[in-house]
Amino acid sequence: MKPSPFAYNKARSLDEAVSLLGSGDAKLLAGGQSLIATLNMRLSSPAMLIDINGIVGLDGICRADGSVEIGALARHAQVEYSDVIARDAPLIARAMPHIGHPAIRNRGTFGGSIAFADPAAELPACLLALDGEIEATGPKGRRTIKAQDFFKGLFETALGPQDVLTGIRIPVATNETRIGFAELARRHGDYAIVGLAACARADGKGLSDVRLAYFGVGNVPVRARKAEAALTHGDVERAVAALDLDPPDDVQATGKVKKHLAGVLLRRVAHQLMEPAR
Amino acid sequence: MSDHAVEVSMIVNGERLRQRVDPRRTLVDFLREDLALTGSHVGCEHGVCGACTVRVNGEIVRGCLMLAVQCDGAEVETIEGLSDSGEVADLQSAFEQRNALQCGFCTPGMITAAQDLLKRSARVPSRDAIRNHLSGNYCRCTGYHAIVDAVEAVAQQRASGRK
Repeated sequence: MKPSPFAYNKARSLDEAVSLLGSGDAKLLAGGQSLIATLNMRLSSPAMLIDINGIVGLDGICRADGSVEIGALARHAQVEYSDVIARDAPLIARAMPHIGHPAIRNRGTFGGSIAFADPAAELPACLLALDGEIEATGPKGRRTIKAQDFFKGLFETALGPQDVLTGIRIPVATNETRIGFAELARRHGDYAIVGLAACARADGKGLSDVRLAYFGVGNVPVRARKAEAALTHGDVERAVAALDLDPPDDVQATGKVKKHLAGVLLRRVAHQLMEPAR
Repeated sequence: MSDHAVEVSMIVNGERLRQRVDPRRTLVDFLREDLALTGSHVGCEHGVCGACTVRVNGEIVRGCLMLAVQCDGAEVETIEGLSDSGEVADLQSAFEQRNALQCGFCTPGMITAAQDLLKRSARVPSRDAIRNHLSGNYCRCTGYHAIVDAVEAVAQQRASGRK
């Protein structure tokens, strides 16, 4: 199908984007790799698109004060090939090749994936596992939202109607950082049936601060806290048995199958967590 | 055309053009309907099949997931441009010789995506790497083996030509 008619505005500054959002039924256009698909299918028909691609300074990737900062407009391909990401954010680097296909990664943006908050998407779960933060600018200025407070429901986030997500921040990986990532999809690059992003800290021969963030198992990315505790004690099978997930059925698989696959992924990811990340 | 129409200028296959375009016009529809460049195909219209793969500013994109208005100031290349310049002549010939196409619907997107891999690979990519790079392009006829064969053969030809 084709999109229904809309007006097109190219915002030249963040302030202009925020003020245009105040004009009513408008949506931000970043990479467009989810938005334009929903427009084509008429799942969404806003009166106006605000193209933020021309706003300067929103696509940087840098390390600052113990954090890695990724601008909202950084393309997936740019993140995938970034030396800063490879060195300081290895979980993101490992997740990147799973996001869509090369042509999608050339356009899709990091901020767009977070703001769209698809429950089967990789990056929201990575951000939750890494205890990241989201920067947004709205009519009242800038604010920072913790990842754990950001994903509210199905495609629903803490962003207000006039907020623009401007970037994210995650802690720089250290020599003790351990990461793991795995997902199951029918075709490489498709949305996951179930996926798992994890990080931990090496602690002697064991692990501490284990964070397991599942995606594709509910309306938002979900931490499996009981399994985290079991994995801290080094017991993979007990962690699998303790998986406190209750995934609903969806078009790809039944909840029961997803729960089983979550255990399969946990075994794979647990092995990755035992190895140095970099 | 709706009253939202915007004037854009871009370079398509080396030719500069300036035209009014409706914002809701996707790039692939603009190419096909307004410029009669029908080599880029419209399959799923939601980014899954890859039949609409074209190059914008040197990078492959989904023509159905980009709006024509977003290409203001951009350089767009389609399979017509890649064919005329001879850039993909060896791929086209290998596809033909190895039966890497049957109905041909996916072929323009497939060749554009394959060329993207080959031009950025310093050495011959593995079959896995080829499959990975083409994972976003559906073919419903060949079963992919012949396509991977053709791309691998061209990669080897080009590598031996470079020596």
